[in-house]
Amino acid sequence: MTDFRIVEEPEILEGSPTPITPASKRLTRGQLVRRRFFRNRGAVVGLIIIGLLVFLALFGGYVLPWRFDQRDTGAYYKPPSVRHWFGTTQAGFDVLAMTIRGLGKSLVIGFLVAIIQTTMAALIGSSAAYIGGWYEKAWLWVIDLMLVLPSFFLIAIVSRGGPRGSYAWLLLVVLLAAFGWQLSARVVRSLSMSVKEREYVAAARFMGLSTPRLLVRHIVPNIASMLIVDVCLGVGYAILGEAGLSYFGYGVQAPDTSLGTLISEGALSTTIAPWIFLAPASLLVLLVMCVNALGDGLRDALDPTSISGGQA
Amino acid sequence: MTATAPFRNTRQTAAGDVVLSVHDLHVTFPSEAGPVRAVRGLSFDLKAGETMAIVGESGSGKSVTSLAIMGLHPRTARITGSVTLHGKELLGLTDAEMSEIRGEDLAMIFQDPLSALTPVYTVGDQIVEAIQTHHSISRSKAWQRAVELLDLVGIPNPDLRVKSFPHEFSGGMRQRAMIAQAIANDPDVIIADEPTTALDVTIQAQVLEVLKTAQRETGAAVIMITHDLGVVAGMSDRVTVMYAGRPVEQGSVDDIFYAPRMPYTIGLLGAVPRLDATNKEPLATLKGNPPSVVNLPPGCPFVPRCPLAHSGCREREPELETVGPDHVAACWENERIRTDSLTSADIFPTQVLAPVEKAVVEKVDQEVVLSLENMKKHYPLMKGAVLRRRVGTVYAVDGIDLTLHRGETLGLVGESGCGKSTTLLEILNLHAPTEGRIVVFGNDTASLKRADKKRMRRDLQVVFQDPMASLDPRMPIFDIIAEPLGVHGWSKEKTEARVMELLKTVGLEEGHANRYPQAFSGGQRQRVGIARALALEPELIVLDEPVSALDVSIQAGVINLLEELKQRLNLSYLFVAHDLAVIRHIADRVAVMYLGKIVEIGSVEEVYNRPSHPYTQALLSAIPIPDPTTERSRTRILLRGDLPSPANPPSGCKFRTRCPLFEGLTAEQRTPCLEAMPPLVTAPAGEPVALESSGVPQRVTTTVPEGGVETDHVVACYYARPVKVL
Amino acid sequence: MVKYLLLRIANYAVLLFIAVSLAWVLAQTQLHPRQLFEVRNPPLDPQSIENILRAANVSDQVPLWDRYVTWLKGIFLHWDWGSTPGGADVGEEISRRIWVSFRLVTIGWLLGTFLGVAIGAWTAVRQYKISDRVITAIVLLLVATPSYVTGEVSKMVATVINKQVGFQLFLFLGEKSTGTLPDYPLAELVDRVQHMVLPTLVLTLFGLAGLQRLQRGLMLDALGSDFVRTARAKGLRENKAVMKHALRTALIPTGTYFAFQAASLFVGATYTERIFAFQGMGIYGVDTISKQNINGVVAVTAFGGLCYLIGAILADIMVAFLDPRVRLS
Repeated sequence: MTDFRIVEEPEILEGSPTPITPASKRLTRGQLVRRRFFRNRGAVVGLIIIGLLVFLALFGGYVLPWRFDQRDTGAYYKPPSVRHWFGTTQAGFDVLAMTIRGLGKSLVIGFLVAIIQTTMAALIGSSAAYIGGWYEKAWLWVIDLMLVLPSFFLIAIVSRGGPRGSYAWLLLVVLLAAFGWQLSARVVRSLSMSVKEREYVAAARFMGLSTPRLLVRHIVPNIASMLIVDVCLGVGYAILGEAGLSYFGYGVQAPDTSLGTLISEGALSTTIAPWIFLAPASLLVLLVMCVNALGDGLRDALDPTSISGGQA
Repeated sequence: MTATAPFRNTRQTAAGDVVLSVHDLHVTFPSEAGPVRAVRGLSFDLKAGETMAIVGESGSGKSVTSLAIMGLHPRTARITGSVTLHGKELLGLTDAEMSEIRGEDLAMIFQDPLSALTPVYTVGDQIVEAIQTHHSISRSKAWQRAVELLDLVGIPNPDLRVKSFPHEFSGGMRQRAMIAQAIANDPDVIIADEPTTALDVTIQAQVLEVLKTAQRETGAAVIMITHDLGVVAGMSDRVTVMYAGRPVEQGSVDDIFYAPRMPYTIGLLGAVPRLDATNKEPLATLKGNPPSVVNLPPGCPFVPRCPLAHSGCREREPELETVGPDHVAACWENERIRTDSLTSADIFPTQVLAPVEKAVVEKVDQEVVLSLENMKKHYPLMKGAVLRRRVGTVYAVDGIDLTLHRGETLGLVGESGCGKSTTLLEILNLHAPTEGRIVVFGNDTASLKRADKKRMRRDLQVVFQDPMASLDPRMPIFDIIAEPLGVHGWSKEKTEARVMELLKTVGLEEGHANRYPQAFSGGQRQRVGIARALALEPELIVLDEPVSALDVSIQAGVINLLEELKQRLNLSYLFVAHDLAVIRHIADRVAVMYLGKIVEIGSVEEVYNRPSHPYTQALLSAIPIPDPTTERSRTRILLRGDLPSPANPPSGCKFRTRCPLFEGLTAEQRTPCLEAMPPLVTAPAGEPVALESSGVPQRVTTTVPEGGVETDHVVACYYARPVKVL
Repeated sequence: MVKYLLLRIANYAVLLFIAVSLAWVLAQTQLHPRQLFEVRNPPLDPQSIENILRAANVSDQVPLWDRYVTWLKGIFLHWDWGSTPGGADVGEEISRRIWVSFRLVTIGWLLGTFLGVAIGAWTAVRQYKISDRVITAIVLLLVATPSYVTGEVSKMVATVINKQVGFQLFLFLGEKSTGTLPDYPLAELVDRVQHMVLPTLVLTLFGLAGLQRLQRGLMLDALGSDFVRTARAKGLRENKAVMKHALRTALIPTGTYFAFQAASLFVGATYTERIFAFQGMGIYGVDTISKQNINGVVAVTAFGGLCYLIGAILADIMVAFLDPRVRLS
């Protein structure tokens, strides 16, 4: 993500400085971005699948044949079949229904964490760049400090000692976000630094614009595309992070369930009932893949200097 | 050549014969908006030892041409036509076959010498690689030849510098190394793509000289791709002018400069401000912009900008037509141009702007709007990524005095690193400098309060160099121009009316208000920048290289606009530029800066006609003049080396390390130069001496003028004497 | 350069000290080793629980500051990282496990780096061709696949293969077999290789995926750069210009990544260790938390932080080695 560049303008081909003439139809920036995005098939497919998964997670209970807490007595450890598409568990629960329920939690955690950590990164990174001095130094030091610590163990310690109950996963969201913003904040800071050096910011300053107004009007809008992409990729990281913790039992706690907890339970019976493991695992991989593809596609579409997006 | 013999003494083509022949070359790229027809039917023959210039503005297809000849175009490009070298067809050769030719028979010099050399290998390694790719000679021999080549292109201590990495070289030295690498295998054709565009004028003069030496030594034919008509006049034998991917005029350099037959060529020549111009007539202005080469309409692409255009021009694109011996032009009206001997003034009427309602009284008074008194700006030089520590001081501006009167334009010139931009930023920042005083409209910036500053910002505005970077890409033009009005609390209705008025004032249309900056060409963007600066009716505008990023035909329009605005609105300009020709055209007085110091200041007539500081003389002599006859007869003062670092300036006179005068002095005469920076004193009177005349310079006896430097022409040199450079 | 490095190391030492202290506070306040003993059956009397906890310096009845001073004294005076609530020495455990981790990750890490760089560069040169698209898609899949999924899947596949061939071709429990080995030359080596194949594969895929993406992007940048064009203008053929100029320059940022990854793998191979039952550092970190082993978890954290910082310094050295612009300034 560090290779992200500031969005300046849609590339103008060396051979064609396109001036305004009433005859020439120019694409607006939005149109160009959309066109570039939709040309990227991977990203479009990713977007569609994410849409489907979100729909399933929201309305799965009404669409799917089985509910997650509905026991099919007589169908224990059954492999995938017409009756149970993804098979059943030892206790006779429908794996598909459980997976979709876990997916819902994973999605909620992923999006929440991504939004929180990007907001933190944006606030801290841009203010550090703009204010500078000791304020900036202090934040840079905090970032270094947090990167030195192996976040996985610290999150595990706190989440283990934390409260139990149906809202325990909120603590997990906070922890994941608290250890997830540092690298993005660094990127935001360096981008803000270069935006700050731009002549239009100097021009605004020499016009007499105040600092907060300058930040809001000129600096933040010019790094917005990086932030959008950061949220997107952050979703993937957060989902994987949560699943990793849950795999060791430090993430989402029963009675809640997530893809990570399902994978961890399924891993216990891979030899006799591999479907219990494979269903949530493949859904997890699919989801993260789609989110990443979407993020890549957005970056290429928003970043005019990106080579991969510039395919004519 | 030198000790080790060049690789091939017998040329495949004798002098005067055609080495490279391009016939009906077309290059097309696919793009978002449709096929880009970058080159459309270029033909020329290049004779051995000859220099041909390809001139054109950005987007004219000149660089694409060079890459197509080299076979280095992007893979997506479609190329038709024919390129023959020594009669052998190059188009359609495999990469392996083409690699045999590249670097051996056909060499290329690129524009930006920093990015064109691989950062991780030494300069020597890269030259050796060029040699060993084509010749199986031992590494030590190749290395020895690399040292000789660096010596030939004027790198001091070549045996040591050959082991340097590109980043250890200055821009000028890198370009020399590029040239050394290009001539390493004694090529038949050298293609130089804007080889000096990224360099300062005194360095440009050095590099062009090296290029001439290289050509003389190798006998190679040169294709010189440039937008600088001065360079064309001084370097080339023949010229091809390109417009919208097509050659529009080809001929000898004299034909093109003295008898152009295509309106575009005529307009281009009339649009360049000339260093040797004595009158201050407005420059020829080509309205509009070069067209996009995507979806070109039928007819001559120059039609929208051509005052001579008629319906016939719109229907059919003119072919190149012979208009004289070895002179072709593509214009339906070329005959009329000849018979009526039309000049740029006849064809391109100077632009008339919409009248401003406000009546302006011309006030030529002595009111000082800006003065700098012994202003210094020093930066700490920091090192280290984690533990940053101060390792020295950058003496960016080291004590300068300037005054600017109401209604006056003061030009501030110098090469990059001389401190001119720092000076400008210090004024704009409106706070106290490291030392000395900045007085704006009678107020010392050290004593300003927040509210005072805000009030003063209304009267002090700025126009930046890069019109893309100075406009926020996410704001429409209306918001950009309205922003200063908003800051100073204008009402919505008043703002609306004012923005529309401003758009008209700078020659844009009201309909442009809702567009984003990227929809505009460079010249139009700069007009937006000017409109924004004018919004609050300022008194003083500071301009930082406002036209240097623009194409020639666009530049003239902006310069004319600035001149006209100044007269109508009684503005004062502090105009920072490196282009002395532009300054001569627009400024009343000019100050020359070198390493944070002003070395000469005076009225434009005085400084250009009687330059008295050796640096000013060198600067003026380095600038090429778009006039082949003048260029052929000029002698240049070539400065040695590069600008010293402002963090480590020489003791005594800051210019002495590069001073041609200092070189000719006896040890005794040198003493004052070594001891202290000379003070600014009234320039010696008397007729300027010829550049060639040497003789022992006389120590200037005048003292510092009473009451500072208010006199019209002052200079900081112990041995100042006026010299006739132009 | 040396002075600069020393300054950097000093700065990192301070950073590490504070970071580990914070981890210590966190572990002391969030973990409750007392619970371990309170649920014992038959129940222990409170005093002996207290004695056990005090011996390990983890009793919540001793003021936090006192515990901190004791802990610091132990480390700085005796290089004693404390003991588990059960009384086992943490330092000893760690020094043994470091080598287990080292043996586990080295091959996979080197192989992953090499393949990642090679494939990344290769796909960049073949941008948008079928091979690039296929590999890029596979890598996208691998990047989205956490190593516990790769690990479990590889185990499932290996089980099937083992069944097909009729003997235990792939072994996936621990570093080596515990029982007696069959009697043929190099039996011990073969046994170890049989154990190593799967975890190495998992780690290789993990490293490969990240590096391929990085290297492909860097290489695309380098391929479009002016200096490659200059090299071509000199007469270098495409392959040579790519290998000698583009790849060499595009390797500079990879050096940083390589160094950082090297360090993070020591504690980051947690899942692989768990799945293939390697008694390494990563799994120790997880176990210490579930076993309320405060001193253990702090020691692992300290080791992880140290690895990170060594990685950072290595990265500096690597970049200085690869990039003359850094080396000479």
